[in-house]
Amino acid sequence: MTDLPPALQVKLGLVIDLDTCVGCHACVIACKGWNTQGDAGPLADADAYGKAPEGAFLNRVHSFELTPETGPAQIVHFPKSCLHCETAPCVTVCPTGASYKRVEDGIVLVNETDCIGCGLCAWACPYGAREMDPVEKVMKKCTLCVDRIYNETLPEVDRVPACVRTCPAGARHFGDLGDPDSAVSQLVAERGGYDLMPDQETGPVNKYLPPRPRDAEIDILAPFLEPVAEEPRGFMAWLDRTLERI
Amino acid sequence: MSASQPRTETSPRISDEIRKTTCYMCACRCGIDVHLKKGADGKKHVAYIEGNRDHPVNHGVLCAKGAAGIMQHLSPARLRAPLRRTGPRGSGQFEEISWDEAMEIAEGWLRPLRETAPEKLAFFTGRDQSQSFTGLWAQAFGTPNYAAHGGFCSVNMAAAGIYTMGGSFWEFGQPDWERTRLFLLFGVAEDHDSNPMKAGIATLKARGAKVIGVNPIRTGYNAVADEWVGITPGSDGLLVLSLVHCLLKAGKIDLDYLARFTNAPVLVDADPRSPQFGLLLRGESGRQMVIDRRTGRPADFDAEGVEPDLRGKLRRAGVTHRSVFQHIAEMYLSNDYAPERVAGRTGLDANRIHRLAAEIARAAFDEPVVIEQPWTDFRGVRHERMVGRPVSFHAMRGVSAHSNGFQTCRALHLLQILLGSVEVPGGTRFRPPYPKPATAHPLPHARSAPGQPLGGPHLGYPQGPDDLCLTDEDTPARIDKAFSWEAPLSAHGMMHMVISNAHAGDPYRIDTLFLYMANMAWNSSMNTTQVMQMLTDTDADGEYVIPRIICADAYSSEMVAFADLVLPDTTYLERHDCISLLDRPISDADAAADAIRWPVVEPERPGAAGVRPFQDVLCDLGAQLSLPGFTEADGSARYANYADYIQNHERRPGIGPLAGWRMGESGVAHGRGGPNAAQIDSYIANGGFWRGEIAPDARFFKPWNMAYQDWAVRTGLIDGPQPYIFSLWCEPLRRFQLAAEGHGRRQPPEHLRARIRETFSPLPIWYPPLGDDQRAPDAYPLHALSQRPMAMYHSWGSQNAWLRQIHGVNPLYLPTALWQEGGFAEGDWARVSSPHSQITVPVAHMAALNRDTVWTWNAIGKRRGAWALHREAPEATQGFLLNHLIHELLPPRGDGLRWANSDPITGQAAWFDLRVRIEKVAAPRVSQPAHQAQASPVGRGPRDVAQKVTR
Repeated sequence: MTDLPPALQVKLGLVIDLDTCVGCHACVIACKGWNTQGDAGPLADADAYGKAPEGAFLNRVHSFELTPETGPAQIVHFPKSCLHCETAPCVTVCPTGASYKRVEDGIVLVNETDCIGCGLCAWACPYGAREMDPVEKVMKKCTLCVDRIYNETLPEVDRVPACVRTCPAGARHFGDLGDPDSAVSQLVAERGGYDLMPDQETGPVNKYLPPRPRDAEIDILAPFLEPVAEEPRGFMAWLDRTLERI
Repeated sequence: MSASQPRTETSPRISDEIRKTTCYMCACRCGIDVHLKKGADGKKHVAYIEGNRDHPVNHGVLCAKGAAGIMQHLSPARLRAPLRRTGPRGSGQFEEISWDEAMEIAEGWLRPLRETAPEKLAFFTGRDQSQSFTGLWAQAFGTPNYAAHGGFCSVNMAAAGIYTMGGSFWEFGQPDWERTRLFLLFGVAEDHDSNPMKAGIATLKARGAKVIGVNPIRTGYNAVADEWVGITPGSDGLLVLSLVHCLLKAGKIDLDYLARFTNAPVLVDADPRSPQFGLLLRGESGRQMVIDRRTGRPADFDAEGVEPDLRGKLRRAGVTHRSVFQHIAEMYLSNDYAPERVAGRTGLDANRIHRLAAEIARAAFDEPVVIEQPWTDFRGVRHERMVGRPVSFHAMRGVSAHSNGFQTCRALHLLQILLGSVEVPGGTRFRPPYPKPATAHPLPHARSAPGQPLGGPHLGYPQGPDDLCLTDEDTPARIDKAFSWEAPLSAHGMMHMVISNAHAGDPYRIDTLFLYMANMAWNSSMNTTQVMQMLTDTDADGEYVIPRIICADAYSSEMVAFADLVLPDTTYLERHDCISLLDRPISDADAAADAIRWPVVEPERPGAAGVRPFQDVLCDLGAQLSLPGFTEADGSARYANYADYIQNHERRPGIGPLAGWRMGESGVAHGRGGPNAAQIDSYIANGGFWRGEIAPDARFFKPWNMAYQDWAVRTGLIDGPQPYIFSLWCEPLRRFQLAAEGHGRRQPPEHLRARIRETFSPLPIWYPPLGDDQRAPDAYPLHALSQRPMAMYHSWGSQNAWLRQIHGVNPLYLPTALWQEGGFAEGDWARVSSPHSQITVPVAHMAALNRDTVWTWNAIGKRRGAWALHREAPEATQGFLLNHLIHELLPPRGDGLRWANSDPITGQAAWFDLRVRIEKVAAPRVSQPAHQAQASPVGRGPRDVAQKVTR
């Protein structure tokens, strides 16, 4: 078993806005593209052009349908990657110490040289956020782009995870959720950001912003438009009156 | 075990070089940063692609397709050498040949055609982003048979916009994202304008502006819409005209805007006995006339200081004239358009329509947007501020791809214009080179003669019957019958009719079909199975009915298998391109902008003859054939390659394919100027694009704003100011209708008369989709649609190892009641029948769906053997096309005629008129119809992929 670091001050993570996520998968592929070429890469694709392609993706988008009691059904797009939990069960379950949570920022990483591909961490993760590389047979996961966010070879504006940089709908935000004054913490406070599956007591750092209410119940008392006339003749009379005022 | 934290490298160097170019993974044309890294071979390889932060289209973001471009560039389906067919057509059996041989074959086929009958070459391009170049080539060749894919895509939207308001949505128009407060989105293909649309919706939501999605299917943009209107397909026009009815009745229209900026006050001949009945009154100058409120007398609409009267009436030479606006009031105040009347057909509750109208009125009129910016209009009237109606709209194929699509799109523009919300703050805004009225566009040209170039561009905007492309015998001059009585305003041509017409020899036989980037043997054709037969059909002598097929493509597509000669193109990272103001540029509402692609890596296909950019090939072929414009006086090639053309071609003196960094009289200039040998280098140094901003006093009211008109002249978009008014009354339509009523020299064939009379209304109307069988409406009770997903650009993406893991299968989605009544369960299959054909496909349940609609993702299904996929790939075993169910002709109706499954005005393919019924069946081994596999000229992709450039 592997120990977690003591309570951390800095908790880097993502805030994902389910109100604006259109389900385009831009973040999924930006993540794949960045990480396959980086230290976590390659992220292999087995049977890539075949019958049952199976690739390692550190971030995936799922779509759910909601059928409220009144009003039409809704679709919610739900991007999911490692939530960098404060009490990460994937770390404590790791028999080799390959999985660890960084002291300086709370990012959960896998040290691939120590990973034996036993898959216990994937079993322990209640979110299904870990990915076994189908070719290398070692565990891969979201690194929060640790090789981008501090990267001094990149312009400062680009020191954010690839998924955040690419999101066309502005649905992904990155920052320190340990700092109540950070932009992401403020966003969570304003929009009622929530933890995924809090009953699991994993203390996920990533937060989700709920969709704003859709299809607000029709206000049956809301006024319809007041007619100025019922007939073309009456309409032209209204026009005469109105034009005289212009 | 205790935590002994390893050291992590947090500042690795990503790449050795970044090259900035333009994406081509869909038609959005975002700027990309391509990271190159030296590999073990010492060469620079593409390692990573991300959005260009400085680019005007995407501002740094990038969609899934764009980020997966690296896998397209490295696709195993890439062609490697020119191919000559060795097996039967469609088999995919080829031999690789040299480029010299390929060019010799092509020249040998084309030269005799040019010398004897140029129309026997049909040159059609698909996802072509060089239409101003390919069109020029076809014009020089002299064939009338050229067009790109607009006819089966969204020509209704483009043509209705241009005929009505001199601009359209998407590339030529956009919502004022910064200021609009209510945004209505109708039937949008989710891969179109994809990043700006997503970013725009996010901007609106961040500001608390409301988004309403009108669409039978609630995915993507409609999923995040604040309100979803799950309309029944084909009835959008009825909803829109009902909204018009409600707004008119309540007086919630912008009278001042209508009087000043539209033809609402223009006088119409209102005498049914007059040969000019329904035409607009013109004065001695030929200009449309209005009643001037200052004098009560008729005046040219654009005379200085004129105040047009919406109530204008005039009796002249015994003929009564009344304003367009009076016609509008009479037509749409009719209770035929009352919400209570249209509710059933639209699938919406009448109160819902009333409420939508009230919401639109509130947003438009209760809180106008004001910019404190004076401007002067074309009548010389100075306006102290810019006042706008913050309601905006966007629409695409969902309303366009119906046989009532043109009038539906016109209805939408009528609504926008009545609200006064076009080219105003908060409304819909045009992108240069638009606004540009239909009358400022070319007319279509189709007169061909042996050895001669065509007299002008192929495509254009007819103003009446005199502008149709007919032969001296009044038969269609074009193989697709565009600009004939069957589709008079087919402004983008009718590519979807080319193969079936060529096969039928109607209107004539052709010799060579030359296709570029168009998958006509698969997802880009209606009636795919029979189209494949037409391509392979032989005559009594055993010769192919379509004698020769040349195909230019970068990948081993379904269409490539039917070619006799394949000219392999490069990927988009290996070539020059220009995204030109002569064509479909990347402008935004505040600026003109264009862009380039350039070879960020060299095309290498080791061990094979290699690939060449198709436009380079056309330059060479043009010179080999001695085409005018492609050949110097001494017979040598005018252009060494496409890059040479881009820099040195001048369409008019001082106007070339690229507007940036031209050579003016005193140094580098933008817009107008001579060729500049360093132009492409300047683009590269600037990140691959040029953007020239419009001054603040010229940014709104562009069609009428003299500061804009002057800017457009300076920038080279137009050669003189051309202010105009919007055409609520579409006079060209009325000219065709008049002909159908028996007036004029050119008369339609008898069988088309009634249809033209009924559908060519000069004011927008709604009629049921022509594919609906009125005699047996219940035989096929369901509407069947397809739409493209955001992460896949139809057939092009399936070879992409990453994207195909997102969309590798496409079930047919069924609404809840149908699912339950049919006793369907997860994993079931269904037989889907249309009046034309049947398919058997996997089904899935979806609740967020119009109750009478089924749908699937477009073009996920693949023919076995195509795209270098495994023959058991799910795209081939479970994927499917709805195309098999859609015929290019409507079913026989006992009148001895076969009517086109198209819009009668523009010829737009009516994909979404499709009606079906479905029944549960046992799962077959593979989805049906299953076609024989094609051999792959490029083999099959590798089993595993682990993409990383390592030193």
